[in-house]
Amino acid sequence: MYTLQFDINHCKTCPTGDCLVKCQFMSLDKTEAIKEMIKIAEGKDSPVLHDCVTCYGCEEYCKRGNHPFYLITEQRQAKGILTAPRAITRQWINIGEPRGKARLGQVKGKVLSFGFMPELLQLVRGRLFEDVMPSYVFGQEFFCNVVYIHFSNTSIIKERLPQVLENFRKLGVKEVVCMHDECYGAFASLAPAYGMEVPFRPIHYFEYLYGRLHDLAKELRPLRIKAAYQRPCSSRLSHDTHHFVRDILSIIGVELVERAYQDENALCCGDILGMNYGYELKNDVQSRNLDDMAEHDAEYCVFNCSACQNVLATKVAKRGIKPIHMIDLCKMAIGEKPSMEVS
Amino acid sequence: MIDIASQLAHIVGERFVSNNPEEAFFYARDPGLMPAHKPDYVVVPKTASEIQEILRLASRERIPVVPMGAGMSLTGLVIPLRGGIVIDMKRMNRILEVNEKARYVIVEGGTSHGALKAYLDKHCPRLRHSIPDSPATATVAANVMIHGQGRLTQQYGFNSDMVSGLEVVLPSGEICTIGSCALSPYWFSKGAPLPDLTGLFLGWFGATGIITKVALKLYPRKKMRDVEIFVTDRDDLVPDMVYELTHTEMVEDINIFAQPMPMIFKDNHHITLFITGDTDEELEFKRKMVWNCLDGFIKSKDGGFMSVPPVMKPTLLDMPQRSVSRFADVKKGGGFEYSGPIIPVETYPACTRKVMELGSKYDLAYSAMARVIGRNHAMMFGFAFTFNRADPQMMERTRKALEEGGEFALAAGGVFWKPTIDEQRLALEKMDATTRDLMKMIKENLDPLGIMNPGNWEVV
Ligand SMILES: Cc1cc2nc3c(=O)[nH]c(=O)nc-3n(C[C@H](O)[C@H](O)[C@H](O)COP(=O)(O)OP(=O)(O)OC[C@H]3O[C@@H](n4cnc5c(N)ncnc54)[C@H](O)[C@@H]3O)c2cc1C
Ligand code: SF4
Ligand code: SF4
Repeated sequence: MYTLQFDINHCKTCPTGDCLVKCQFMSLDKTEAIKEMIKIAEGKDSPVLHDCVTCYGCEEYCKRGNHPFYLITEQRQAKGILTAPRAITRQWINIGEPRGKARLGQVKGKVLSFGFMPELLQLVRGRLFEDVMPSYVFGQEFFCNVVYIHFSNTSIIKERLPQVLENFRKLGVKEVVCMHDECYGAFASLAPAYGMEVPFRPIHYFEYLYGRLHDLAKELRPLRIKAAYQRPCSSRLSHDTHHFVRDILSIIGVELVERAYQDENALCCGDILGMNYGYELKNDVQSRNLDDMAEHDAEYCVFNCSACQNVLATKVAKRGIKPIHMIDLCKMAIGEKPSMEVS
Repeated sequence: MIDIASQLAHIVGERFVSNNPEEAFFYARDPGLMPAHKPDYVVVPKTASEIQEILRLASRERIPVVPMGAGMSLTGLVIPLRGGIVIDMKRMNRILEVNEKARYVIVEGGTSHGALKAYLDKHCPRLRHSIPDSPATATVAANVMIHGQGRLTQQYGFNSDMVSGLEVVLPSGEICTIGSCALSPYWFSKGAPLPDLTGLFLGWFGATGIITKVALKLYPRKKMRDVEIFVTDRDDLVPDMVYELTHTEMVEDINIFAQPMPMIFKDNHHITLFITGDTDEELEFKRKMVWNCLDGFIKSKDGGFMSVPPVMKPTLLDMPQRSVSRFADVKKGGGFEYSGPIIPVETYPACTRKVMELGSKYDLAYSAMARVIGRNHAMMFGFAFTFNRADPQMMERTRKALEEGGEFALAAGGVFWKPTIDEQRLALEKMDATTRDLMKMIKENLDPLGIMNPGNWEVV
């Protein structure tokens, strides 16, 4: 049985309580934050277990090596505190169930992992991916299952993730380029936090893109545009890679607008918030986020996650901002056409 | 002994009459489960006066007559149970008039819903009609004849409630207009303020006359349309959820479904709701109202709005929605039938459990599907099964499942919709005796020879 490695002593000696002090959905001072986190670690009830909206932020805010959000999720499940309506959780568990229908490309030592986001298949065409494609995996068998932390369910992750790791091991791959943050977060953060052995090196696709843009440096044409970045919830699990946003945008000549909801203060796409908590929260988060993009004169909204793009593309476009995936933006910088329509 | 075929040819022209075995084979069946029976003749008239002449001939010679639209009602209503003449209406397909300001359209008795939609899309972009999800060839006249339901049914009732006038050829061969058009050039009302005589024809399956013109109310078409899906694992709460939704008066159409495949739909009940608006603000306001009316269920975790991926939306927003036709071919072999009682929404949990029970009892692919009629006044609940036509055993199992579903619905207070002849018999047995006598008076007076779609509504 996999147990979360969480050191309560880190909290007891914590100088900041940043995990909850920085939480954008609750208002706690340092003393309260530390006190509540200790209560949760001791298995006691806490208002946090009822009020947390699963933004994943605290996973990034804690700089002392603890995993506050995974702990919150564990304790919620133990206490039967639901975040999502049961039907939503069931639906997601059903769609993530392995069905023996995984699609494999010509798998080599380095492989792209799409989980089961079909949109990604069209994004990876072109020169940026030519040195690894068609080495890819797609399907539930390679789906990281991390999304269930939104649904206060870690047991399904503990059941399925080891099997996913085993599926990769059987392929004999050495490096997995994760095309979705959550996938990277699963292998670089969640699996180690539970003591699961990861038999390959996970690479975030931002790191991969950054390397490829260097390889293709001669082809690069600065785009000279102003863009806002839509940071996904799952990027909080892979915050060590967040610097690549600025790194990539600067080499392709994109000015990142310095808006209020940036970096640690980012707001998510709101989709899960709507499913779990209803219209008002979703609308509040989306409106503040999009107003902020518009107020800072962003011409483009750059998406990291295609699920966020599905949710927000039309809404940003209605504000006169062009939605674009990071990969498509990089393609434009090397003179290729974006795979998805930029309206 | 007169030669009926040449008499019919004389009326409609050689090309539009047949007693060939190929046509007889085709017109002997519908895509449902009822046993086939061949007609003696098939005619495809072009005008109401041709229909008048056909009916006069049929009366003289006492030959059964069965009017047919697209034959998509599935329950054997166009199968000529006693042979005779099938009148295929498809050449009477003109759109005769649109009154934009009074919002109605007059079409001929064989005009299809697809043709009407295409016409309105092209010529009247601010108007729409209540299109059903049947294949686009389904006809307007037959759809109101069987009290069909469409995209605007939650707002305005059965599609037949939206009729605003009829022209009917009586079994005697006489022709008459019903509604305001009986004394006015305008076809704005099917009855009021006169006695409403449409009840002499609608719901009778052609057993009292043949519709040659039908006027249908049209409604404002908003520029935008969107779809949301609320999912729940509590079938017992579905009626309350629908009650809240209908209370908002913000929803265009409400469909409910539960089915085991694909995986995304397994284990849950889905309330699909459509909203419309002329501006982003209007659409968003309605979305907010609709979401918030179910907020209590979200808070109690009994249900939530699922994320509808953009790839799913075109299918859901399509009119007619093809997913039903796609479901019809799940087992390959293209067999599909549903027993669809009209029944209060409060019976949704019992009906859904019954479909599931029948699905597993008879080992059939099933779907429970419902469309809300009026502001929660009732629903059409479909006990839907799909089968392979090349597998007689599967067809037999489907027949049994449908029969059980129908009996269950009747006992639960439902009324059969587009009933098979067996179901019609059951309905007549259960019906108030005086009501049945009234139906008998109507039938005897309008069709004294019993030549109109015999076997159906056989009260006499
Ligand atoms: C996949 C699928 C989905 C469906 N979805 C819906 C839906 O959403 N809503 C819905 O209402 N129905 C639905 N149906 C049922 C049916 O297809 C429709 O109600 C359709 O409108 C019936 O029209 P039709 O022309 O096919 O009728 P037919 O089957 O040809 O005729 C129906 C009855 O009307 C009589 N009739 C036909 N024309 C005339 C006339 N001119 N005068 C007098 N009597 C006449 C016939 O004798 C018969 O009794 C669906 C069917 C399928 C296969
Ligand atoms: S989880 Fe991290 S930030 Fe929060 S109290 Fe513990 S050590 Fe401090
Ligand atoms: S996940 Fe987000 S909402 Fe929940 S406690 Fe952490 S920071 Fe707050």
